[in-house]
Amino acid sequence: MGARKMAKKEIVVREEILGSNKKIAADIRARLEAAGVLVVNLLSSPGSGKTTLLERLVETLKPTHPLAVIEGDIETERDAERIRRKGVPAWQITTGGACHLEAKMVARIIPEIPAETQFLFIENVGNLVCPASYDLGENLRCVLLSAPEGDDKPKKYPAAFATADCLILTKSDLVPVLPFDPERAAQEALEINPRLRVFVTSALNGKGIAELVRYFIESRANLIQRQRHA
Amino acid sequence: MHELSIVASLFEILEAKARENQATKIVGVRLKVGKLAGIVPEFLESAFDSYKKDTIAAEARLEVEEVPLKMRCRKCAAEIEREDYSLVCPSCGSTDLEIIEGMDLLLDKIDLEI
Repeated sequence: MGARKMAKKEIVVREEILGSNKKIAADIRARLEAAGVLVVNLLSSPGSGKTTLLERLVETLKPTHPLAVIEGDIETERDAERIRRKGVPAWQITTGGACHLEAKMVARIIPEIPAETQFLFIENVGNLVCPASYDLGENLRCVLLSAPEGDDKPKKYPAAFATADCLILTKSDLVPVLPFDPERAAQEALEINPRLRVFVTSALNGKGIAELVRYFIESRANLIQRQRHA
Repeated sequence: MHELSIVASLFEILEAKARENQATKIVGVRLKVGKLAGIVPEFLESAFDSYKKDTIAAEARLEVEEVPLKMRCRKCAAEIEREDYSLVCPSCGSTDLEIIEGMDLLLDKIDLEI
């Protein structure tokens, strides 16, 4: 008995490495669309005001539209607690070091979401790079850029802006004291992605919040109409 | 810096393919990484090298091919490759472009020993 002859074989795979994440995300989207829930994924660098913006959105939407929030952070329950204090169900995902949320983390929470929910906001881990690669089953991906970060960020972090549906410029109340030009920021982002809807907001003085809420309500109405025709 | 979790997903596929083909080892792995996939090839290579130990791909060589951003103009049908991420058609000035390549992260080919 001689040694078995080693055969070499090349296999063509052509498979997306994040294909399993995309599949789980598609399942989440299908389930929640059927239940009439609009899912919004909020992306930005840390400290650009995602949670504070969410607090304003929650206050505005809650009286008329049941909503739920998923908070992603590396550690602590702090953000979910902030949202719960507003009387809205919130779940905290702590990634324990990972720099982004993945669809499977979100999928575990979906069965707990109350039936009457109309909007699910997912606040991603603060990071303008990695979360862009992971579909979480959202209908809208919103990227936030705050005035102190500078208006030159879109082209430095193109993937987040290229894959988003809407750009939310935050902390606009600081624009008078900063060398930040909201038009330049919007222009940079629109050059990467001309489909972006742009909102200039301030969670402090309320600027742009009503417009943003209207955009979410209209997006949900469109989703429900698409569901009816399907 | 999510290269390690990408490598973990890659190994799920690699191990499944090795089983399907009854391979004894994986000796080569070829990836295609889109310019806009948000991945640093060097980080991917180091993550791959530390992950592969004690797996069926322990001796595998990783090749990473970078795929440039390629778009097609929906107005004039021109195909465009750009380095600067400006989604404006250089032929007709339209901004209605569709990205056709350069976003994805693909496992292209595997070399096995059977």
